[in-house]
Amino acid sequence: MNPNDLRYSETHEWARVEETPNGKVATVGITAFAVELLTDLVHIELPNVGTAVQAGQPFGEVESVKSVSDLNSPVDGEVIEVNDAIVDHLETLSNDPFGEGWLVKVKIADEAGLAQLMDHAAYEAQCREHE
Amino acid sequence: MPYLPNTISDQQAMLDAIGVSSTDELFAMIPDALRLKRPLDLPPGMGELELTRHMTALAARNLPAGQSAGFLGGGSYDHFIPAVVDVIASRSEFYTAYTPYQPEASQGTLQAMFEYQTLITQLTGMDVSNASMYDGASAAVEAVLMALSATRRKRVAVARSVHPETRQVLETYLTNLDVAIDLVDVPEGAVVPDDAQRAVTEQTACLLVQQPNFFGCLEPMDELSRIAHAQGALLVTVVDPISLGLLKRPGEYGADLVAAEGQSLGCPMGFGGPYLGILACSEKFVRRMPGRLVGETTDRRGKRCYVLTLQTREQHIRREKATSNICTNQGLLALRASVYLALMGPQGMRQVAELCLQKTRYALEQLTAGGVLKPAFNRPVLKEFTLRAAGENAAKVVEKALAEGMLVGPSLGRWYPELDGCLLVAVTEKRTRDDIDRLASLLA
Repeated sequence: MNPNDLRYSETHEWARVEETPNGKVATVGITAFAVELLTDLVHIELPNVGTAVQAGQPFGEVESVKSVSDLNSPVDGEVIEVNDAIVDHLETLSNDPFGEGWLVKVKIADEAGLAQLMDHAAYEAQCREHE
Repeated sequence: MPYLPNTISDQQAMLDAIGVSSTDELFAMIPDALRLKRPLDLPPGMGELELTRHMTALAARNLPAGQSAGFLGGGSYDHFIPAVVDVIASRSEFYTAYTPYQPEASQGTLQAMFEYQTLITQLTGMDVSNASMYDGASAAVEAVLMALSATRRKRVAVARSVHPETRQVLETYLTNLDVAIDLVDVPEGAVVPDDAQRAVTEQTACLLVQQPNFFGCLEPMDELSRIAHAQGALLVTVVDPISLGLLKRPGEYGADLVAAEGQSLGCPMGFGGPYLGILACSEKFVRRMPGRLVGETTDRRGKRCYVLTLQTREQHIRREKATSNICTNQGLLALRASVYLALMGPQGMRQVAELCLQKTRYALEQLTAGGVLKPAFNRPVLKEFTLRAAGENAAKVVEKALAEGMLVGPSLGRWYPELDGCLLVAVTEKRTRDDIDRLASLLA
């Protein structure tokens, strides 16, 4: 997966938007930068298929040895697929955050919010500022 | 000497510090009509000797369970407390410390809590126990809340044979949540599996059952466990810890969450509290568990030590997203339970439960021999049973026993209208044959 093709939220989630026969679907994960910030991951909490999610609102939680952080949805819509396998294999998130480490797939209800997301260059700039 | 020992000059110093001239000026914002313009109407102060005499006389009007033949049931039980429990629990290192959780300062307390957790997991057959909660009812409700969040479902099936006060606490907690309770009726003193089957659907987060139940009867736990799990619901069991000396442990019939009132484990009845909430669960729910959890680790020199663990669940880190508002435990009573369990061991726990069973069996026979009292249900019991008072109301039976210094009850009409005329009788290992015979000759 090429990080250049993804859209990013300020809270370090990424989305890959694709056209499907059922409309636009966003695959959502968290960035390599976020995984690095969180340090040792110990637990993740993901929603059920069918859960309605809202851009900027939490859809789950990720816990590291030091803290618990919300996973915020970058888009509005409904969860249609969940990467349940990752719950028992958190190392996947560290090894391949932009690929095998995806978290949920969301059928997008309202595309207007997509414009709020950053491209890769803008997100990189945000991360540099953070450092 | 006034109760709050500050002198006129103390008061003046405080007034000066905050820049007001008099106490009246300090309270000037309180409307005149609301102010009491005279001293409180209290009797004159007493000297120490006089006060001691007065309080002793008041206390003598109580009938402590320990000084009567206590057959009282319904959630608080007169079990024997070995002297070593008091000796250890009243050591000042344990007795006076408040929330001593810093690992640098409190290895002793943390080790005691760790041992408590270990003993509770052994007793219940569950993977994890927290460091205790305030009482059995709140522990049971926290278990239900865990089930709601784990399953993300919105209904709770509750057997009507669960302690009515536990159910009241549950209703209070759920008042402002979008969660519905489905009561499972108990026509014959215990849940009928078909009724449970109907109440538990794929929307049910958990089935809450008490074993032995509020009437003292045994519930068909294996079957209820299958029924709950078949719908993807969890089984939440409220147990009597003493009963686990004989009965199958909840972990063995597949309970997901276990709560218990721990008073029976070395804690005095104490006119109703403080008591001990026991909460244990399968490992997969550990992150949803409220309260303190002590873990064992090694320090930088490689020595064994104890620390609070998984604190990211708790309020001071997770704020409003904490698993619960409860972020402490009932340390001293958990310690009493640990000492009690460690002293008894598996064999001792079995002996206590067997004694309860045998004496209960004898008491049930003796009390129902005369025909005045009848067993309300034809079900297996362990240390408590329900009697129906023929022709006489249950409250009168309770009073009659009380007049002879014997405690029975409570009577059940206030919670179960259909059981008006019924009362509980509990028989612990402390009751003698003479106690039982005396009660029977009075009531039977």
